[in-house]
Amino acid sequence: MQPSDHRPAALIKGGAVFPHGHLTGISGLQPHEIAFLLDEAEQWVDANRNRAKPDKRLAGLTLINAFFENSTRTLLSFEIAGKRLGADVVNMAVAQSSVKKGETLIDTAMTLNAMRADVIVIRHSSSGAVRLIAGKVDCPVLNAGDGSHEHPTQALLDALTIRRRRGSIAGQRVVICGDILHSRVARSNILALTALAAEVRVVAPATLMPAAIERMGVTPYADFDAALDGADVVMMLRLQNERMSGAFIPSTREFHLRYGLTLDRLALAKPDALVMHPGPMNRGVEIDSNVADHIERSAITEQVEMGVAVRMACLDVLTRRARKVEGWA
Amino acid sequence: MTALRFVNAKIVRPHGVVEGELHVMGDTIVDNAANAQIVDCRGKLLAPGIVDLGVFAIDREAFRAGGIVRVGLMPDQSPVLDGPGIVQRSSLVGKPLLWIHPIAAATKGLQGADLAEMAIMKGAGAKAVGTGRRWIADSGVMRKVLAYARDLDLTVVTHAEDSGLTGNAVATESETATRLGLPAAPAVAEALAIARDIALAEDTGARLHFRQVSTAAGFELVRAAKRRGVRVTCGITPTHLLLSDNAMSDFRTFAHLSPPLRSEEDRKAALVAVADGTIDVLCSGHDPRGPEEKRLPFADASAGASGAETLLALGLGLGLPIERLFAMLALNPAKVLGLDSGTLAPGQPADLILVDPDAPWQIRGETMKARAGNTPFDGLPTQGKVLRLWKGGKEISA
Repeated sequence: MQPSDHRPAALIKGGAVFPHGHLTGISGLQPHEIAFLLDEAEQWVDANRNRAKPDKRLAGLTLINAFFENSTRTLLSFEIAGKRLGADVVNMAVAQSSVKKGETLIDTAMTLNAMRADVIVIRHSSSGAVRLIAGKVDCPVLNAGDGSHEHPTQALLDALTIRRRRGSIAGQRVVICGDILHSRVARSNILALTALAAEVRVVAPATLMPAAIERMGVTPYADFDAALDGADVVMMLRLQNERMSGAFIPSTREFHLRYGLTLDRLALAKPDALVMHPGPMNRGVEIDSNVADHIERSAITEQVEMGVAVRMACLDVLTRRARKVEGWA
Repeated sequence: MTALRFVNAKIVRPHGVVEGELHVMGDTIVDNAANAQIVDCRGKLLAPGIVDLGVFAIDREAFRAGGIVRVGLMPDQSPVLDGPGIVQRSSLVGKPLLWIHPIAAATKGLQGADLAEMAIMKGAGAKAVGTGRRWIADSGVMRKVLAYARDLDLTVVTHAEDSGLTGNAVATESETATRLGLPAAPAVAEALAIARDIALAEDTGARLHFRQVSTAAGFELVRAAKRRGVRVTCGITPTHLLLSDNAMSDFRTFAHLSPPLRSEEDRKAALVAVADGTIDVLCSGHDPRGPEEKRLPFADASAGASGAETLLALGLGLGLPIERLFAMLALNPAKVLGLDSGTLAPGQPADLILVDPDAPWQIRGETMKARAGNTPFDGLPTQGKVLRLWKGGKEISA
């Protein structure tokens, strides 16, 4: 049995299956704990699709989305996830916050804590910021992206997408291409996919490849075409606007020439290889429209769907102790 | 004039530790002091007071606890030490208990563009000029700084990191920085800065001191330059000798330093460079930073560690011959600053510390005397304590 095929809940009873108080990253999670979160998410995929009878298990709990960095889709995804489970969701956007008035991050965290939030979801532009807050508050903290460090729910939704579409994660050859250097999505995905025994290749120009990345158990490539050989999954990363002209790459057209995912290039991967992108996409830069919209190959909208399910699972699991769920209290 | 006779002492001399007596008359070490008051050292080490080259804050309590009697004060103060008034004030503010030797800014406002008034500041008490926390990126400016300082016989104290490579980096490129997603610069940023500055020092004949060197390639350049007769010296902190970049794991901001912690290979190269004499100076880099500057995400936190109180104990832990350790802690930094001090020879200022090298204690940030306890060694058991301290023949009580 491969690690990603584990059904840990069948083997480990109660809260011991996920002993963590926060979800600050994939780092620190055991393979069976990652698999457990994916298993938990499955039921919410079905429930969301079937518009099943509402399950308000988080009714009466307050979820605060504290986003110190702009986000549309992740914030929306967490908001929907919280509301589907019946939580009272409050969004705190940085533009309205006192952070702009010079309040320190810790003070903001203590303020949220004093308001008796039941779970806090945080996005911040600085690596390590979420872990810093998690150490100071009494309720579970979920990392919705911190700097270039981690974005664990993105990795979980990507893993769930792969597992559902490819049947398993173990043994899959996953190619991650783009700005690996600045990408928290890449880091969390590398951690989750290697933990679940996938073969991970990372592709970037030297200017966007972090040092010693092979120490994370992946194989670095500068040549996208070579990396695509035998790929089961091709995961493209978003190229941030501010890095497009000169600082790290000469131009978007040169980037597209070397690293843009075109139909021709996709043909180098396995015939049924899956195309993924965390969004939002720069069409014509890292990915062509006819690839992104490919009805059989692209899993991009499915990733968004999995995102809600994964976040519902994380919110449910992390609040079980406080809700005194049997076996977890 | 008071006379002191230190008896039953293990005296740290330049060539070894000898048992015997040391005599002091007034503020000076002498061959023989008549009618002296006896100080029984009970077999403990009597050593030169520490000269700490390159501290960022005046922190008397911490210096007293650390056995530090003189400090070379970095120009990165508020305001910057770039004029005679502020230099003179800094040089007088600590006396008589602590002698502060200002390292004046080599360029106005430490901006790396226009030369500061080095001669006037020397007259006001500056003992060296420096580039502060930063490197002077413009080679033309750096050459002028070195040439001008040479004529004034002032050492130029520089920070060795090429700013074009470091940018906004807070760590060395490595597995740790990659896993944490921290902005990182390649270690070669140091060698590049050192290579240029050595070339300019060689060209101008100036005296150059790298406040902290931390990479294998950097040590190799300094070693080779010394062999060629270039007037170059360099220093290091115990932190860079004892910790490598994996101390940053978990985003520990107390391990956020400048230059950043390096790889384990570089750390081992630093130990070799201490052993073979490439490194001249062991300094604390004392830079107390309170929670408002450290309890932040790693990249947003200020760099620096509170090191004055741990300098001696961590230095003793290196296992060097005692006389070599005190050459690095007193004699060599005194030379860089042009001070006639740093040994226990007759005629020298009576700056003395009595040390119990075996006294055990635990480093605890929260109980430190320093203005802030930002030590990356919090919790570490260590040994070596300063029992008593004399500055200019006067005992300074804790």
